[in-house]
Amino acid sequence: MKFPIYLDYQATTPCDPRVVEAMLPYFTEAFGNAASRSHAFGWTAEEAVEKSRAQIAELIGASPKEIVFTSGSTEAINLALKGVIEMYAEKGKHVITSSAEHKAVLDTCKHLEQAGAEVTYLAPDQTGRVSVEQVRAALRPDTVLVALMWANNEVGTLNPVREIGELCHEQGVLFFTDATQAAGKVPVDVEADHVDLLCLSGHKIYGPKGVGCLYVRRRNPRVRLVAQMDGGGHERGMRSGTLNVPGIVGLGKACELARLEMPAEAARTAELRDSLESRITAQLDFVFLNGNREHRLPNCLNLSFPYVEGESLIMGINKLAVSSGSACTSASLEPSHVLRAMAVGDERAHSSIRFGIGRFTTREDVEFAATQVVENVRRLRELSPLYEMVKEGVDLSQVKWQAAH
Amino acid sequence: MAYSNKVLDHYNNPRNVGSLDKAATSVGTGVVGAPECGDVMKLQIQVEGDRIVDAKFKTFGCGSAIASSSLATEWIKGKTLDEALKISNTQIVEELALPPVKIHCSVLAEDAIKSAIADYKAKQQG
Repeated sequence: MKFPIYLDYQATTPCDPRVVEAMLPYFTEAFGNAASRSHAFGWTAEEAVEKSRAQIAELIGASPKEIVFTSGSTEAINLALKGVIEMYAEKGKHVITSSAEHKAVLDTCKHLEQAGAEVTYLAPDQTGRVSVEQVRAALRPDTVLVALMWANNEVGTLNPVREIGELCHEQGVLFFTDATQAAGKVPVDVEADHVDLLCLSGHKIYGPKGVGCLYVRRRNPRVRLVAQMDGGGHERGMRSGTLNVPGIVGLGKACELARLEMPAEAARTAELRDSLESRITAQLDFVFLNGNREHRLPNCLNLSFPYVEGESLIMGINKLAVSSGSACTSASLEPSHVLRAMAVGDERAHSSIRFGIGRFTTREDVEFAATQVVENVRRLRELSPLYEMVKEGVDLSQVKWQAAH
Repeated sequence: MAYSNKVLDHYNNPRNVGSLDKAATSVGTGVVGAPECGDVMKLQIQVEGDRIVDAKFKTFGCGSAIASSSLATEWIKGKTLDEALKISNTQIVEELALPPVKIHCSVLAEDAIKSAIADYKAKQQG
């Protein structure tokens, strides 16, 4: 077994060797600029880019012409949100999103607000899910865009995308969904799901970092955007900049593999996820699942271990590469904004660990991980005054704490 | 984040973990911090005369918080109450090489010592 064991597949994934193999020629012999129309180097590159566009389109049920390449999801989100609000300014200035979105969406929304837009932040339920009724209730005559993620990156909860998309189309409002965690993990079909704009990223699906794309619907309705990057008018004027051909080839290959292997991979990772959870809960008391048991990604397990602080647990399970919603592990010293939005209590956030399972996770990895978690939670609970108090029958919510800060 | 070897040592081999009888008149108990802030320290002292003869702790918190309280119990054992009150968080920061974001852990440990001593003194008057 090779240590540390990587269980952080929502953060990033390794490139699949088949992806790397597909990319390699485009660094060296096929190095052309896809915008060069006058010679074979350019034609070869353009052909590779168009093949990738088709591979991505097939994964999400789009047409290749609807794919705009970007440097990743963050850029695609910026382009979608800012591009729509600027383009449709005469129609309105209201955006609906949720407080459990990725910072790329939330911070872009803050930027839009500074520029005069009005944003409604829906509060997700305690599982991290937003309902179609909440969206309906928030709609206004001047609502231009609904921006809600497909799958949450911290807890793996899936939003009711199809119902929300249907509502948006019925009401003539554009619907953007951040599918960074969902694409390649769960079926995505922009037609059946009524999606107008969607982003995905290479490095979350065993492709390279630094490449992603934005799907922009061309028919019923035709979505128009104001470009956020000025230059040579690449990508039908929506995103200027010389195309990252090797990256794009990698993204295409990654999407093709994801499409072909999704059914088997989803089943395999879900089985490992459940095995990890049951091994842990069989041996420890007080373990909470953060997220939605019914509507969730197959490869994400977010658990809270009350009375143990997340960073100290991560120090203990140092043979595992995982992440925590604890304030101490974040640069901002704030506990996870997603768990906060879910209103499950800051204590749950401080003691949360996200386990991400992926293509290269083995059964042995999961068994080892469960053992490490159980041993360390037990050890740290022996050290925990909170666990001792709970065992003595103290109700922690009734204690008057002397907070130092 | 990289931890200093001393933090790792206290985290892996915490000194004086446990509890003393909080009802005993010779025992002072300090509980500081709050669960929603991500750290709670319980520090207890057993006093004979004016000397701390035993100290125990339990901490819910990050590795630096565990190390700070472990170190605090090590330092106060054998000291008089007045000597223990002179321990400041900056000494803990220095000893454990805590980075700026972890200074609050050392503050909490200092507060825990003071709080335990105050509890002990209150008991003697009561």
